[in-house]
Amino acid sequence: MACKFISNEDITLWLEALAKDHVVFVPVDDCGSVTFRPLAEGRKPVLDRVPVRSPKEAVFPQNETLLLYKYEKDLEDPEHSTVRIKETLPKERAVVFGTRPCGARGMTVFDRVFDNERIRDPYYATRRENTLFITLACNKVESTCFCHEVGSGPADTAGSDVLLTPVQGGYTAEAVTERGGQMLEASVFADGGNKCAEAEEVKKATREMLGEAHDYSDAPEKLLAVFDDDEFWEEQAAGCISCGACTYLCPTCYCFNITDEATGTTGKRLRTWDTCMSFQYTLEGSGHNPRSTKAKRLKNRVNHKFSYYPDTYEKNIACCGCGRCIKSCPASVDIRAIVKAAQARGAKKESK
Amino acid sequence: MKANPVLPDMATIMEVVEETSNIKTFRVRFNDENVMKNFTFEPGQVGQLSVFGIGESTFVINSSPTRMDYLQFSVMRVGEVTSRIHQLKVGDSVGVRAPLGNAFPTEEMKGQDVTFIGGGIGMAPLRTLLVYMLDNRDDYGKITLLYGARSPQDLSYQEDIAEWIERDDIDVVLTVDNPDEEWGKKPYEKAGLIPNVLKEINPDNKGYAVTCGPPIMIKFTLMALNELGFKDDKILTTLEKRMKCGVGLCGRCNIGDKYVCVDGPVFKYSELQELPNEL
Ligand SMILES: Cc1cc2nc3c(=O)[nH]c(=O)nc-3n(C[C@H](O)[C@H](O)[C@H](O)COP(=O)(O)OP(=O)(O)OC[C@H]3O[C@@H](n4cnc5c(N)ncnc54)[C@H](O)[C@@H]3O)c2cc1C
Ligand code: SF4
Ligand code: SF4
Ligand code: FES
Repeated sequence: MACKFISNEDITLWLEALAKDHVVFVPVDDCGSVTFRPLAEGRKPVLDRVPVRSPKEAVFPQNETLLLYKYEKDLEDPEHSTVRIKETLPKERAVVFGTRPCGARGMTVFDRVFDNERIRDPYYATRRENTLFITLACNKVESTCFCHEVGSGPADTAGSDVLLTPVQGGYTAEAVTERGGQMLEASVFADGGNKCAEAEEVKKATREMLGEAHDYSDAPEKLLAVFDDDEFWEEQAAGCISCGACTYLCPTCYCFNITDEATGTTGKRLRTWDTCMSFQYTLEGSGHNPRSTKAKRLKNRVNHKFSYYPDTYEKNIACCGCGRCIKSCPASVDIRAIVKAAQARGAKKESK
Repeated sequence: MKANPVLPDMATIMEVVEETSNIKTFRVRFNDENVMKNFTFEPGQVGQLSVFGIGESTFVINSSPTRMDYLQFSVMRVGEVTSRIHQLKVGDSVGVRAPLGNAFPTEEMKGQDVTFIGGGIGMAPLRTLLVYMLDNRDDYGKITLLYGARSPQDLSYQEDIAEWIERDDIDVVLTVDNPDEEWGKKPYEKAGLIPNVLKEINPDNKGYAVTCGPPIMIKFTLMALNELGFKDDKILTTLEKRMKCGVGLCGRCNIGDKYVCVDGPVFKYSELQELPNEL
């Protein structure tokens, strides 16, 4: 990978140049929490704090229009009307700037679901194709970080087009993909020189701060072993208030709802983020609900990430270890601790 | 799969049949004749019906691929979308996303006896398979139908039933929980819960059993089939979960790593036993 250098000052020039033909999402301080917003005057990127919200919304917006519809009265027979529908595929080109590696890796979890041999979701796939990820490697870690335990790391390039690493006076920039390489041809970049060695040191040091990695590879079978252990799951979910913050902030969660919004004879069909942590999510017409308690819903969330998804997608864990769900949970529910506890409990059950 | 899996095709309602006080059957054709001509599906597959401005809901295509004049859906009124669908009349537009999901293993079932056990609206997925088998009658062994509802007025598909009773290549038994004075005069009219009547009929356990109905009925019917000695991999059922996207994306309908909208709705009893206990 060719390594280039960009100074702190030139970053602004680069972003402005990109903004000419892209919507550039940058992490900004919004009332104290760092969240991605389109670059605009007076919005300064915040690059020294990990964004509270994940960058997924650039590709998978909190709500997006799937189609427009219009009822047209049949003039010959006014009792009847026909409906016209119109597909509304996204067109804009976007750049996500300054996401951490965990956030960019989250998109690879989506990719396997939304775009594979069986199905291609055109809304997701079009946005994904038209969105570049410029990722910023971490140079410090938080107690909630565990990217190194789920196959990632503080300089992971999965899901990124360009990887920046903070060094003295600016950032080194490495192309991850071909289109990332094309971006680095801009004149704001200088040859990396000895900055590149410095960047490698930063990456190594950050990885060391995280310490040894716990092994989750047997989580699927151990989670299955404790599936019917109600006591275990009730204990884990004791404090949960079903707020859904964990899922909305998560870079790898993609549950959604589809609803219609009518305005007179026209309207739109929307796709909106939803959360498997809510009671209504699986409530059936008969009144039956397969996930009637928060313990069952938490069990499904944990299992989806650490058991069902890896079973379906070549052992890839559907969690990037970003720790957002842990940091923002009002009840301090810790997904790492739950999986570890299930592994320990599952092992004990098996040895009995 | 088509280019945009969440985009419906427009269709027009050709006929509405009032089955019971809360079930109506809708026969629809796609507006685009090419779509209609090229449309294929297998018994057991489902579709999403759309009324724009209200939303979409999942229903089994209960017509048979052997009769492609129209697609037929039977809709029980339970909530918003289903109430709106019930207001639709002949000539009205409706959006259709189909076919979705898997199908009954009609090839594997060839040459075998088949016992159908349907309860209430659960008769809908059985109807498609039953009509398919009757239209390919030589491919299958003895066919038995046990269909139950709460009361005689709650039995759907009266026209079909009359026809099936006339035929001598299918055994029909009807049962209701609450019989009225007229009920029980005919030899095929029984009273009582489906699992009990099933045990009374005592069908030969070598063939297939196909069941669908309310969750509680399915549960007890599976137990009865077990008692009667049917093999777990020859008991078929269709499952219902709350669904939205219907194509394995929204994450709503999973049981373990299986999605009812993609890996189902048809499951073998032996497959269900492999899944985590979350029905
Ligand atoms: C594979 C499959 C096949 C089905 N086949 C048929 C059929 O042939 N005929 C038929 O009448 N019904 C069928 N259903 C059930 C039908 O989809 C629901 O009754 C319908 O979606 C309810 O929509 P609604 O907007 O009227 O209800 P809502 O107003 O949305 O809700 C009313 C109640 O129904 C619940 N509900 C919403 N959607 C579903 C759902 N998909 N499944 C269960 N409960 C739900 C809600 O939680 C609420 O309690 C099938 C469902 C599935 C999953
Ligand atoms: S953030 Fe915490 S309290 Fe809220 S739903 Fe998730 S686990 Fe429960
Ligand atoms: S489950 Fe938690 S730690 Fe894992 S990706 Fe989602 S928010 Fe991050
Ligand atoms: S209905 Fe969306 S995943 Fe099955």
